[in-house]
Amino acid sequence: MSMQRKAPPTWDKVGKHALFPEAKHDEIARFNFLANLNMHLSSDVIPGVKEAYDGRARPQFFAQHGRDPETRHEVRALMSEDPYYQWWSALRRSTMEMRQQAGRSLVLRQMDKLNKVAASFNEGQDTLQLNDDLPLPNYVTIVDTHCMPGSYHTAEVDGDVSAGANYDSGIFVTTVGQLGSMTDGGGRAISDWLKRDHGDFKPQRILDIGCTIGHNIVPLAQAFPDAEVIAVDVSAPVLRYGHARAKALGVNNITFIQANGESLSDLANESFDLITTSMFLHELSTQSMPKILSEIARLLKPGGLSVHLEQPQYAGRPVFEQFMRDWDTWNNNEPFWGTMHDVDLEAMIGNTGLPESHQFTVAVAAKVDESIFPKTEHDSDSEDFGRAAAWNVFGAWKPTQSTKQESAA
Amino acid sequence: MSVDHITDAGKKAKGDRPYFLASEQTEQLMNITMALAQELAVTRERMDTLERLLESASIFSREDIESYVPDSEAAEQRQLWHQEYIARILRIMQQSREAIKEKQDGQPSTEDVMKDISS
Ligand SMILES: C[S@@+](CC[C@H](N)C(=O)[O-])C[C@H]1O[C@@H](n2cnc3c(N)ncnc32)[C@H](O)[C@@H]1O
Repeated sequence: MSMQRKAPPTWDKVGKHALFPEAKHDEIARFNFLANLNMHLSSDVIPGVKEAYDGRARPQFFAQHGRDPETRHEVRALMSEDPYYQWWSALRRSTMEMRQQAGRSLVLRQMDKLNKVAASFNEGQDTLQLNDDLPLPNYVTIVDTHCMPGSYHTAEVDGDVSAGANYDSGIFVTTVGQLGSMTDGGGRAISDWLKRDHGDFKPQRILDIGCTIGHNIVPLAQAFPDAEVIAVDVSAPVLRYGHARAKALGVNNITFIQANGESLSDLANESFDLITTSMFLHELSTQSMPKILSEIARLLKPGGLSVHLEQPQYAGRPVFEQFMRDWDTWNNNEPFWGTMHDVDLEAMIGNTGLPESHQFTVAVAAKVDESIFPKTEHDSDSEDFGRAAAWNVFGAWKPTQSTKQESAA
Repeated sequence: MSVDHITDAGKKAKGDRPYFLASEQTEQLMNITMALAQELAVTRERMDTLERLLESASIFSREDIESYVPDSEAAEQRQLWHQEYIARILRIMQQSREAIKEKQDGQPSTEDVMKDISS
């Protein structure tokens, strides 16, 4: 029997809202090409890198050294000479750059209109609080994060939202739709997990740090409609877009604030029940990360919960897998990715006053979005055919007075 | 302030661009080829739409396409389309130029960025 191939959802299935850039026929086709190219690279090309490693690079290393490579750095030095790895890397880098160009050409041609629509949602709203004088941390500006020209923080003109619009429209392509039509799979996974495993936890005040355009805080604001939600980021263009996007989606309980998570002195001690970060810690620096974790510990109410959604840490993983996971550190302008994934997170969070006894790690997966991945007769409920994205949640409860005494006793 | 959306869309991301293939020029050529592959796919999808619509509506025949002559407005639109098309295909050259300037302006190497950020 001939194999049935999976087709990723076409880009026109992306979830739209009033602020979402309008795409023409060829722009959609360009994104469709890129989604299929991404899928091809991960299903047909990447496996060959492991085959090249096992089949020729590792044996050659063994012959020379009498042992296998022991660190991901040794694997990288070895593989950087391998022609197959070189081709895959060259293609991957090229695909990232094409995705940026496709998103930017879509957005920049309609920038004036998008900025006007955003302004119509944002003007006079006290739920958007920008601060032009906020200095941008050097780890935000030193390179353009994952090859996004201008990164999150560059405004093309005053009042610009194009960085947010580019991010919103292209991420569906990079993730091949796996995060759902609204690219909110991470936030939905957190709220589903909370409702399932901690049904009686009803946060009144929620904080999200490094919210970008609010992809993953919007589903939490929707899951807890009575909660007061604060979402902070240092970058104004994505905040303008995120605030307008939330309004356009009818979500009114989020206040977007331009602030640095290292120092949130305007927010009172012990004033939040739930503090989240999504795919955020890896874009920081060795200096800033402990500061932000300490702010979280300060801001949490006793009994409150902090959760970080991230890819799993490297420790204990095979060196080849570490090397592959580390590709972005070296080649996709994610300079802190590798350092962060080596950090002893438990100890670092423990040092902020959220003891290891109150920490946990759970694996969560985004539910397959059936509006874009229609169920076929071949699907069973338990199988997702690799369409669902998976992350780790690193969580910590802040001890209450009584548990503090208990652990002191 | 005005933004030239064609050039700006192809802007280089700040930071060293790694090259992987033995020769930088070969890899640049690969990038050009991949962009061409993309645009060919785009054209193919558009043709497919067209053919399907024509087929279902039987509005005009393929013969009409063969004998079509653009008026002056259509001709200008087509020429501008060519400009954007070429800028897209030659993005890697634009970014190589920007890389030279970026170094002159003192952008640190990836290694120095990592040292700086992780110290
Ligand atoms: C990878 S994105 C986060 C994605 C987002 N949380 C989501 O779930 O879609 C990282 C964001 O962190 C912001 N950022 C970086 N350093 C920050 C800091 N010190 N304080 C606040 N935001 C920061 C950047 O501007 C960027 O928008």
